[in-house]
Amino acid sequence: MRKGGNGGGSLITVELPNALCSYTEQNPSLVLDEPCKTVGDALAALGRKSPGALDRIMDERGDVRRHVNLFVNGENVRFLDGLSTAVPNGATIFVLAAVSGG
Amino acid sequence: MAKATVRKTSKPARKTSKPAARGSSKVQEALLLVGTMKGAFVLRSDKSRKKWKIEGPHFRGEAVYALLHDSRGDRPRTFAATNSMHWGPTLRTSNDNGATWSEPGPQTVRFPADSGRALAQIWQIAPGRATQPNVFYCGVEPAALFESRDGGANWQPNQGLLNHEHQPKWQPGGGGLCLHTIVLDPDNPRRMLVAMSTGGVYRSEDGGKSWRARNSGVRAQFMPEEHRYPEFGQCVHKVVHHPSRPGRLFLQNHWGLYRSDDWGDNWKDIANGVPSDFGFAMQMHPHDPDTVYIVPIEADVFRATPEAKLRVYRTRNAGASWQPLTKGLPQSGAYENVLRDALTADSFDSAGIYFGTRSGKLYGSSDEGASWTEIAAALPPIVCVKAGTAGAA
Repeated sequence: MRKGGNGGGSLITVELPNALCSYTEQNPSLVLDEPCKTVGDALAALGRKSPGALDRIMDERGDVRRHVNLFVNGENVRFLDGLSTAVPNGATIFVLAAVSGG
Repeated sequence: MAKATVRKTSKPARKTSKPAARGSSKVQEALLLVGTMKGAFVLRSDKSRKKWKIEGPHFRGEAVYALLHDSRGDRPRTFAATNSMHWGPTLRTSNDNGATWSEPGPQTVRFPADSGRALAQIWQIAPGRATQPNVFYCGVEPAALFESRDGGANWQPNQGLLNHEHQPKWQPGGGGLCLHTIVLDPDNPRRMLVAMSTGGVYRSEDGGKSWRARNSGVRAQFMPEEHRYPEFGQCVHKVVHHPSRPGRLFLQNHWGLYRSDDWGDNWKDIANGVPSDFGFAMQMHPHDPDTVYIVPIEADVFRATPEAKLRVYRTRNAGASWQPLTKGLPQSGAYENVLRDALTADSFDSAGIYFGTRSGKLYGSSDEGASWTEIAAALPPIVCVKAGTAGAA
């Protein structure tokens, strides 16, 4: 089971990088059509729309991959409450590759 | 070019069916699959293997540690294990000999949720037996074995290894805790062998249900002196065998060069005449069960070719002696390293031998190592080289 879960709340948008658009029929912006209270809820909902995209963001333990960053209202959720970070009404979650590279 | 011969040994090798390329007039194209830290390259040549056309990189920016071109069955398939630093590992396939590749979907090689593990990298993709063209195996990090019985669409972990009592004590080597070697008994479907760094060699006699460590005589140089021959925990770098003599194995260790004549029950040192018994890569000759190739490396603390000479060493007598192969290779100023899957052979009558270096140089020989040419000079760091054949009359 992925961490997080469903809950009552607002619809949110997930903005994906180009690297993940092959999983979403080249759509970089997905509006989640189910209510989500937290980032974990939103990722679970994303996984139901695009399991491939979610596999690239989280591993099979439900951990966000080390070099992936998730932002809500400009804040990296690693420095908030992680997957438990609340997503306010109409929020957008940005999925971004970290600055790491080689 | 001289035709390879099968030399006499103390125990005659059994005859096996010829590989597709050997003596076949149908083969139109030689394939080289090169995995690097920044993508994969596909090289094509005719049977002469003198000039190569390079395509790529495929999977730009992703490390490609495992490749396989499989010609069994009625359709050739090519596999690439790609790994994005950001987005993780993916298994990709090609049905046109590496010209185009599948878009990845949901991750197919994945640990069970209750295992507490997550796939870090696929280190090896191996075909099943000739009679099972839809069977494939993957060796992965953290050390585990996966099996597909439907041509690579779905994969299941081997539970015997996943839950092995030794598993909690396996430790990662420099490259990670990887299962990198898969050796099948072509005749006995219940027997197979795997190797991992670190953990060592394990063999199953019951179709993968249970596994026993088979490391007797293999040293663990990195252990206290009185504990250097443990039951398991060795850092085995590669194991090869020839299908005509499947029970005779050759092993390149993290310090140590060994042979077993009994499917790994016992190992004996065969580092006879090599400048170092440290190394990673090891490749069996495709037709001669007595001939093996290695690339010695100076030391674990200085992972470069000894004396700054790039030399492939070959034994033609099953390890009784080794000779350097140097013609066409730099013999000064060459501080190179060749990793465990970056040395390979094709199956033509006069075997082609190929290897890639961490510095991005790709070398090939179409005369079984007697002479070498530089095929590519400045690829990204090379971590995997595999050969295949494609085309039909």
